[in-house]
Amino acid sequence: MAVTIMGFCASRWRSANLSKLDEWALGGRGFGTIVSWFLLGGDLYTAYTFIAVPALVFGAGAIGFFAVPYTTIAYPFVFVVMARFWTVAKNRNYVTIADFVRDRFGDRSLEIVTALTGFAAAMPYIALQLLGMQVIFAQYLGFGPHAAAAENVALIIAFAILAAYTYTSGLRAPAMIAFVKDTLLYVTIVAAIVIIPQRLGGWGHIFAVAGSALATHKPAGTLILPPNLYFAYASLAFGSAMSLFIYPHSITSLLSAKSKLVIQRNSALLPLYSILLALLALLGYCALAAHIAAKDPNYAIPLLFKAFFPDWFLGFAYAAIVIGALVPAAIMAIGAANLFASNVFQEFHKDRPRVQTRYAKVLCLAVCGAALLVELFVPVKYAIYFQLLGGSLMLQTFPATALALYTRWFHPKALLAGWALGIAASVAMAKAADFKAVFSLPLGGGHVLVGYIALYAVLLNLALAAGLTLVFNAAKVKPGADLTVAADYA
Amino acid sequence: MKRRARVWYWLLVVPFIATLYPPFYARVKPVVAGFPFFYWYQLVWVVLAALIVCVVLVATKDRTDV
Repeated sequence: MAVTIMGFCASRWRSANLSKLDEWALGGRGFGTIVSWFLLGGDLYTAYTFIAVPALVFGAGAIGFFAVPYTTIAYPFVFVVMARFWTVAKNRNYVTIADFVRDRFGDRSLEIVTALTGFAAAMPYIALQLLGMQVIFAQYLGFGPHAAAAENVALIIAFAILAAYTYTSGLRAPAMIAFVKDTLLYVTIVAAIVIIPQRLGGWGHIFAVAGSALATHKPAGTLILPPNLYFAYASLAFGSAMSLFIYPHSITSLLSAKSKLVIQRNSALLPLYSILLALLALLGYCALAAHIAAKDPNYAIPLLFKAFFPDWFLGFAYAAIVIGALVPAAIMAIGAANLFASNVFQEFHKDRPRVQTRYAKVLCLAVCGAALLVELFVPVKYAIYFQLLGGSLMLQTFPATALALYTRWFHPKALLAGWALGIAASVAMAKAADFKAVFSLPLGGGHVLVGYIALYAVLLNLALAAGLTLVFNAAKVKPGADLTVAADYA
Repeated sequence: MKRRARVWYWLLVVPFIATLYPPFYARVKPVVAGFPFFYWYQLVWVVLAALIVCVVLVATKDRTDV
């Protein structure tokens, strides 16, 4: 309740004209280090993360820990690359990453596909935050025949609230709520880490029991990463880190920062959240050691909390997770709406009228609604698969975005072809791997290299883009105009 | 940015090398506080990487930055 009121009050905060897109979508681009820390943290560490990472560790063991090196290397990358993006975005007034693509390459198709990819990846992401909420609601509503209906009603209410405050306040809403959410989450995780391992007999014992439990799973999990998964682990970490900041919600939070220094400072400070994530992953092992019987690994953490927390704290912990879903969902909805309004919708108007904030706001409602429909009607199994595929889709835009910050060597049409190949390859590999995130690449002689689909696809993408660039240059096919200048990046 | 300052950016490659090569650290021993090496090594690197970013931030900061 309090959180809802906060959401609406947030529009008063740092008052400004909310009908200007900068104000609605990016909070006026004025967030300082502390606010940005909460906002970016709220973005990156979501209800879904908190449910899914420990679930993977609970079910499969060591491979689930890839989230830790993933976030470890993401920040040095952000420090350099995304700070540069922030600078050019500020100088040229970009609201989305596709705005940059348009200016840099002068190519509308490339701009549109970049935007659509972000939009496509946003949907399952939001839907999965709802899954995170649903898992919590299930703890209260039980599993009976009416429970499912009651859960859906709760979900719809939660989402109506989300849509309403995002519509009115824009980014200010999740920014404000992020304070609450992150504080709750920190307290919950720290409490869990202090109380639970001690009651289970210490970490040595926990790892021992978890190890034996993992061996009994089908397929067997492992406590220490086995050699055949070394490349999978590294590629999952690397590929995820490279695509993390291209997601619409990351870009939105990034661009709301007041200065490049804020981004850089946060690159050093956000790792505090990574420690939390690592501890959370380890709670997955605590669940195994506590003999939590969860048919669906997603229930491991809520059930673990239920077994160890007193009732009053349990409510607090569950609330943390639910709010932990609303914040990133809001930011993602805003980011996705921006992309569609600024980069796709615009393209079908002959004279590119100035972006109407109203379009973005309405689209935001539409995105929320669509995600809700996805969550209600698409079987959970498929939503997760689409999300994993989403990571692969996002990485295909890396050449046209992150790489483009440094070089304009690639021809836009070549990038477009590379993107298409990357998308096709991602879908093909995902189907072949039964929608797991890793694919076994045959190496000949019966050997396989198990690796992250996104990485394989983007390598193919780059190879094609490079090859075609050479061809286009030789054939003197003109690339579009680059409207950015060196000074924009300094 | 001065030449001297740019060199600091190379320090940021270190976390990549340390964490993206599992053969370095995928083992149980030495165990610290009940944690197998595989786990405590990665936890340590979360902190180390953050410290490295701090160092680079301070070393490359322009006096004119806001």
